[in-house]
Amino acid sequence: MLYRENGQFKTSYRADQSIFPIAQDRWFVWGLVAFAFFVVPFIFDDYFFLAILIPFLIMALAAVGVNILVGYCGQISLGSGAFMAVGAYAAYNAMIRVDGMPLIVALLIGGFCATLAGMLFGIPSLRVRGLYLAVATLAAQFFWDWAFLRVGWFTNYTPSGSVAVGKLQVLGWTIDSPVDKYLFCLGFLVVFAVLAKNLVRSAIGRNWMAIRDMDVAAAVIGIRPVYAKLSAFAVSSFMVGVAGGLWGFVYLGSWEPAAFDVQTSFQLLFMVIIGGMGSIMGAIMGAAFIISLPIFLNQFLPVLGELVGVTISTAGVSHAEYMIFGALIVWFLIVEPHGLAKLWSIAKQKLRVWPFPH
Amino acid sequence: MKLHKLMLGTAAAALGASALLAPVASAQAAEQFFPSLVYRTGPYAPNGTPFANGYSDYLRLVNERGGINGVKIKVEECETGYSTARIVECYERLKGANGGATVFQPLSTGGTFALTEKAPVDKIPLITAGLGRSESADGGVFKWNFPLLGTYWVAADTLVQHVGKQAGGLDKLKGKNIALIYHDSAYGKEPIPLLQKRAEMHGFKLTLLPVAHPGVEQKATWLQVRRDRPDYVFLWGWGVMNSTAIKEAVATGYPRNKMYGVWWSGAEPDVKDVAANAKGYNALALQHGAEKDASVVKEVLAKLHDKGKGTGPREEVGDVLYMRGLISAMLATEGMRVAQAKYGKGKVITGEQMRWGLENMNLTDIGLRSLGFGGVMRTTSTSCSDHMGAAWVRVHTWNGKAWEFTSDWLEGDRKVLDPMVKTTADKYGAEKGIKRRPASDCNA
Repeated sequence: MLYRENGQFKTSYRADQSIFPIAQDRWFVWGLVAFAFFVVPFIFDDYFFLAILIPFLIMALAAVGVNILVGYCGQISLGSGAFMAVGAYAAYNAMIRVDGMPLIVALLIGGFCATLAGMLFGIPSLRVRGLYLAVATLAAQFFWDWAFLRVGWFTNYTPSGSVAVGKLQVLGWTIDSPVDKYLFCLGFLVVFAVLAKNLVRSAIGRNWMAIRDMDVAAAVIGIRPVYAKLSAFAVSSFMVGVAGGLWGFVYLGSWEPAAFDVQTSFQLLFMVIIGGMGSIMGAIMGAAFIISLPIFLNQFLPVLGELVGVTISTAGVSHAEYMIFGALIVWFLIVEPHGLAKLWSIAKQKLRVWPFPH
Repeated sequence: MKLHKLMLGTAAAALGASALLAPVASAQAAEQFFPSLVYRTGPYAPNGTPFANGYSDYLRLVNERGGINGVKIKVEECETGYSTARIVECYERLKGANGGATVFQPLSTGGTFALTEKAPVDKIPLITAGLGRSESADGGVFKWNFPLLGTYWVAADTLVQHVGKQAGGLDKLKGKNIALIYHDSAYGKEPIPLLQKRAEMHGFKLTLLPVAHPGVEQKATWLQVRRDRPDYVFLWGWGVMNSTAIKEAVATGYPRNKMYGVWWSGAEPDVKDVAANAKGYNALALQHGAEKDASVVKEVLAKLHDKGKGTGPREEVGDVLYMRGLISAMLATEGMRVAQAKYGKGKVITGEQMRWGLENMNLTDIGLRSLGFGGVMRTTSTSCSDHMGAAWVRVHTWNGKAWEFTSDWLEGDRKVLDPMVKTTADKYGAEKGIKRRPASDCNA
């Protein structure tokens, strides 16, 4: 009743091809973005920004990138952590080796270097598929882990291997408070999400989806697999690299190579799987789930324990976190293998016929 | 069909419940909040747990003794699993809780690097007793870092002095081969600059053998040790890396009495599995060793463990890492006492006041004895420029059942250390745009 598109007639091709054809959707998304930009900075405390919102935004950007590769193009990649590391270190080197390098340009250079790395390590995808490709991309993860530890040039020859970035500022706006960092990351996420959404609806996106669905058939009808797969790696790695730069610069401030280890790659893959493969909105929802759930469990479990009269030690909470997290992932995948995005679209479909059941 | 609906409903509910519950702040009588960043899970838990138990027990003991001038201490633990990201998350969560955190002790060099950027902004001091960045001993640049009792350069320096003594003089080290087996992280890489300098000074060859986190893969490293047969092996490991190293040493037949661990590689969890086979393994003792006879240990057992208020197993009270936790907590509470003396006895102090307190500590023998640490530690005193306070260590050796002291007191050679600390601190200051503190800032 609330959600139907009765009376919404499209009078131009442009209107017909818009990303959100239903007016209620458009209102909702614009409202959400406006809420995120103008209301959220005033209602949450510093901890919420620093520990939950900022990592969520950065990981959502990375998850969108990984979703393009895994969800839209069907190339399983376990090297996303490494591409984040490449983006972070490349941006760091751009910042310190070039005087007066603007922050955004440094981050984009990081993304560009991650693109090159992604295309290089995406070459195996031209020969292998599925699980074997996952193993090949895992090699990327370990290679870059090793490179940033052993090749001193990347870390500017610091003896400790830890690098740090100083004051962040964009055209005079210093980014030091949690709200500033939040807005900075939100800006990146919104821009890249829109770009990604447009890309996947275009010819390239359709090429990717054809490769995902049946790559032999796609090659037969004239889609060039080399172009499609490597472009998927390139675009995906660019976003992941920019996200890596943001993670190092904005969230961590000071990092060592272990900050982008194989756990990060797995996390990103889980975000894509839980959120829904082949959906930009799904990547963002998956990121929210994976980032916020451990923290929520960490804070909620002792309270729950006290309600029942059981004091749980910090170690117990940590173990329980892992168990519940794993169990929830399995639960979600049984209930809805297509992820949170599918749950969302089911909800929308129910809303369209509400209050009727069907 | 119904089960499917039920499952969908539960899934939706779990999703909806992801709104965060903010921790409930309870208004209580004025208490000083000490957050405790611990790792009781993960590959570093065997070593992190006794430290956390000692830390928690000492703070409880202080409360049993009546608090510091009547102000009791509130402790809250946060599990980090030795991951820098979680250390930062715990820091952010606890820095403002319960009236504001007084001091943080990350017990992780990687975490220290990350928190060094944040602590000055939030005005909360960091105590990194026996760890962290070696250059942070320079209080002129690192206003908020306190690597009390010793840094890794002190450790490396005194180890070289000790093996020099064993060899009959530092000049006898010429031509010898010293291998450093280190955890491939900021922690493990810390001693390298000083060892390279000493290698230049005395003409010994330094072989660097990194071991990737978490440190269980050491077969290749020890095969190389077996091939090269270095005269001494310095071990800079943590957690399971330590016990693995000793097991591999046994397997490859490298004599344990030529192995020297840093003070984080010389505790009971590292040698308990190997026990008799680890006999002869030496390690640095950060002033204290295993002190089962110390007066404070007896007090902890009587006032806490006998009454069921202790943390962790009773058998571990007095072990090396337990003592380290005890001492780290003691240093923090003594800093609090000094701050209270200036800013108001019996009042809760802020982070800035605590920082002043830590910078003006003077732990005398009498003071230490009254706290129960007589015979365990030497005098320590910090100042505006020296945030380390003391650079004395001893060497203890595992005799198969317990740790025994096998050396005299060794002091880090200030002539070698001070210039290096100053140069590196200056470099950090130049990178970050931090100017050296003027003398007028010292009484702030």
